[in-house]
Amino acid sequence: MARAIAERLSATGTVNALELRGVTKRFGALLALDDVTLSVRPGERRAILGSNGAGKTTLLNCITGDFPASSGTIRFFGEDVTRFPAHERIRRGLRRTYQISLLFGGLSVLDNVYLACLGVSRGRFSLLRPRRDDALVESARALVHAVHLDEVAEKKVAELAHGQQRQLEVALALAGAPRFLLFDEPAAGLSPAERADLVAILQGLPAHMGYVIIEHDMDVALRVVESVTLMHEGRIFKEGTPEEIEADPEVQELYLGHGRG
Amino acid sequence: MAVARPGLPAATTAGETAGGIPPSAWITALVLVIMPALASDFFLVQVFGWALVLGTIALSLQFLAGYGGMVSLVQMTVAGFAGYMVAILGTSGLTQISLGWPFWLAVPVAILLAVLFGTLSGALAVRTAGIYTIMITLAIAAAFFYFTRQNETVFGGFLGFNGVRAPVFWGIDWRSPVPFYYLCLGWAAIAWGLVVWVVRAPFGLALQGIRDNPRRMAALGFDVTAHRIAAYAFAAFLAAPAGILLTWMNGQIAPGTVGIGPVIDILVIAVVGGLGRPIGPFIGALLYVLLRIFALDALVALGLSGQRFQLLIGLGFLVTVLFSPDGILGLWERARHRWSAPLNRGGR
Repeated sequence: MARAIAERLSATGTVNALELRGVTKRFGALLALDDVTLSVRPGERRAILGSNGAGKTTLLNCITGDFPASSGTIRFFGEDVTRFPAHERIRRGLRRTYQISLLFGGLSVLDNVYLACLGVSRGRFSLLRPRRDDALVESARALVHAVHLDEVAEKKVAELAHGQQRQLEVALALAGAPRFLLFDEPAAGLSPAERADLVAILQGLPAHMGYVIIEHDMDVALRVVESVTLMHEGRIFKEGTPEEIEADPEVQELYLGHGRG
Repeated sequence: MAVARPGLPAATTAGETAGGIPPSAWITALVLVIMPALASDFFLVQVFGWALVLGTIALSLQFLAGYGGMVSLVQMTVAGFAGYMVAILGTSGLTQISLGWPFWLAVPVAILLAVLFGTLSGALAVRTAGIYTIMITLAIAAAFFYFTRQNETVFGGFLGFNGVRAPVFWGIDWRSPVPFYYLCLGWAAIAWGLVVWVVRAPFGLALQGIRDNPRRMAALGFDVTAHRIAAYAFAAFLAAPAGILLTWMNGQIAPGTVGIGPVIDILVIAVVGGLGRPIGPFIGALLYVLLRIFALDALVALGLSGQRFQLLIGLGFLVTVLFSPDGILGLWERARHRWSAPLNRGGR
């Protein structure tokens, strides 16, 4: 089945999970993204690096449709989603996490994940209450387990530690059947032990799930990706393998030299 | 405007807490059911019937504001629209306009049209937020008010429709005090139950998610706009039958019923009662009705003009908003908390 889809897509020459062509985003006079062209294969795991203000999060927001791009086209598994609202892109298998956790603080961990599962299933408008053995509740429980939050499943999210909230962010992105994920600084503010946990979760994702990860911490970023895109002032500045990027003198001066990580 | 935000109920643990109805709720329900044995006809209809009807209309606002974060001023208009439709489709004193349909046809069609009206109003309002939602829904309400006043051919103009009678069937005149009281109580109870049920169902849970974090809900695959419009449709379904009951109660419907004053009164009722829980609007409505009826006598006794009841209602609203933004309900809950806490600590 998966192979059949891949063959069909390759037949039309659009095998890429993500295909951005000339994506530009302006906020008034500010040019946040300047003619970004980028393609990511299905299953590919790529880091986007760059200093603050390089346009990394804006790029993610344009891909998911949080803001529309000013110009350019965005294709998701061959389909032109440039004019799609965010929820239509999500229903096609795109997922994301947020840099600053956008969670439902008054809800339990399990209910947060339940909402995420509900969002990409039928019955969003259902007036029937879920039963305890509801399929969505079951899949929510499985996800809570997958991000190692079983112990706090019934706790209100507002009472969770920062690291646990970040793990919950990841769980929300994994709901349903994601085909491609966007992680926006998932390791921000995590302790070394939590970072190791996060790396394990990312490495443990099924091989067909590609992702783009924005991450300042090189120890996390370069261990969980096979390719790197470097952004600078809204443009793509360099692309390569983690080794190439690390060895590049220009990169070291511009980015790694600032003593981050 | 600060809207009191009730906590999200748990979806995945719904089955566990459903059985825990507090004794005070049973007592309230019992008193309401045996009310005809306790109260005079005047109290039954003019106080409790009216309060239940206004409370139900305010409940539809509480649902939108409390669970959806959308303060809609169009709810009284939706109710009034349903009242107008019953007068136009059914029978009234204005025989040249009223179509004379039997009630079993006129009432469902009137509700359907009012839900359509409420849904369309919602579709206009949902792309705005906060004060702009209030303004656009107020604009729709004002437009409908002036339209009914000027349109003679369909809406009967300034005088509206009189002689709109409740049906008589099964040998019961449904406008006589006891049956009419039970009609009002019946719909109020159904509407209340529907809200309590729906806010724990996936639809209501998602609505509260949208209230708290629309951007995240879109990123989870929810169509935020469609969900909000559906909430308006549901709210209109609660308000429409109440509007028909109001029309039967007064025996007439006229532009005054859907004027800016009544529209604002519904907001006052919901806020004074409390937007946190579905019972709040009914508390607010009872207080409002008692003030409307008895403040007049009290004011006249003090040598003031009876028209000053609006002043009392306005002052009550101000005091509530200033000292208890979550309404009388919030005041009550805080008081109960304060009184019960030391007792619990004492290990009674």
